[in-house]
Amino acid sequence: MSYSLDFGPVLAGFPDLLRGCAGTLFLAAAGMVIALAIGIGGVALRSSPVPALRWLVIAFVEVIRNTPFLVQIYFVFFALPLAGLRLPPTPTAIIALGLNGGAYAIEIIRGGVGAVPKGQVEAGLALGLHKRDVFRFVVLRPALRAVFPSLTGQFVMLTLTTSIASAIAAYELTSVAKLIENESFRSFEVYGTITLLYLLISWLVMRLFALMAWRYFSYPVK
Amino acid sequence: MSASLSPPDPGDALISMTGVDKWYGSFHALKSVDLQVRRGEKIVLCGPSGSGKSTLIRCINRLETVQQGRIVVDGIALDDSAQAVDAVRREVGMVFQSFNLFPHKTVLENCILAPMRVRKASRAEAEATARTYLDRVRIGEQAGKYPAQLSGGQQQRVAIARALCMEPKVMLFDEPTSALDPEMVKEVLDTMIGLARDGMTMVCVTHEMGFARQVADRVIFMAEGEILEEATPDAFFRTPRHPRARAFLGEILAHH
Repeated sequence: MSYSLDFGPVLAGFPDLLRGCAGTLFLAAAGMVIALAIGIGGVALRSSPVPALRWLVIAFVEVIRNTPFLVQIYFVFFALPLAGLRLPPTPTAIIALGLNGGAYAIEIIRGGVGAVPKGQVEAGLALGLHKRDVFRFVVLRPALRAVFPSLTGQFVMLTLTTSIASAIAAYELTSVAKLIENESFRSFEVYGTITLLYLLISWLVMRLFALMAWRYFSYPVK
Repeated sequence: MSASLSPPDPGDALISMTGVDKWYGSFHALKSVDLQVRRGEKIVLCGPSGSGKSTLIRCINRLETVQQGRIVVDGIALDDSAQAVDAVRREVGMVFQSFNLFPHKTVLENCILAPMRVRKASRAEAEATARTYLDRVRIGEQAGKYPAQLSGGQQQRVAIARALCMEPKVMLFDEPTSALDPEMVKEVLDTMIGLARDGMTMVCVTHEMGFARQVADRVIFMAEGEILEEATPDAFFRTPRHPRARAFLGEILAHH
């Protein structure tokens, strides 16, 4: 069987693909901001003196980490309207990505907090700082530094997971590719091209995180 | 209690511990400990490892909780109330064996964090105070460096300055020179001696007997969670009464 390549439709749709890339990056960036906030907040709540809050965080992490993202995104997409909140696909996708990434971020950042020596917390407390301030000013930055490579990996993963948002027709690269493919039937060319584009996007995200690590976590340690 | 010491006047006690007991599970870490520290007094706590010295001073700023007994610091009874714990920690500075400087903050930032967050000092005020104390421990020129860029002795001096920035009424030292290379012990001890001369109330867990001789008003010897002997340094070193204290002194002075 011979297959003749035809990149014509891909080239014609390239501007759309680039806009799709921008959509993917937007979903990823917004999702990461929410995920990081959930991650940090969740870890803080996990050591709350209120047991109900601790259990809430644990339950959240378990539910998210043990169910498929596709199901989660459908759930948000179809459940929110029942609660009276009707959101377009893109904001829905951002919420789902943020919740999903947040659960993983909680577990990663928790590991980092565990890696901060107990003496650091004691020094903070001995200086009169409240537990909340000790977490915020003493523990957080070294904890994030300790797990930054894992966090980067998780956020690259989140970036790639945005493609699942095509299931609810959020505007991102995979949805755009599907449209081009549906019209042209040039499946190999279209998906081959976006494979390379995703690779480029992942690389870009990693560079960005390396830059952040250099900016925020480059203080010397022994 | 030694006859050569005047009984502490409880009204003048900055720290007062009465009948303090602490257990870790079934391990009896502190056994009905009584200790009064007067304003301006310098106490050296010594004893074999595992004798409860560190545990004792960590009870003073509530890094450890106790199951029984009463601890009053500067008139504030330490109980389970967060206000009491906060109030006591504001007045009690602590220096740790492992320095515990914050690695992601410069020397100056280490020193201004608590004054700004706890005392609500402005940045300018906090920095001025910090520079005063950093100069006093003779490390002012390192203010912009990170802890990892300093030697152990320098780090410990910064830790002392950081604690002083809260202008505490008493300083607790938990084996401040034990993690140091020998050549850096002196610079830290000299800093502590200076502090003692300035009238700071100090409770020091240390095996530096030269320091004890030079600055301590009282030496307290502990073993197995109990205070076994309390004496002036002179009496303690010359005529230790308790056999455990004699054995301990024999051990550590053999190396000096």
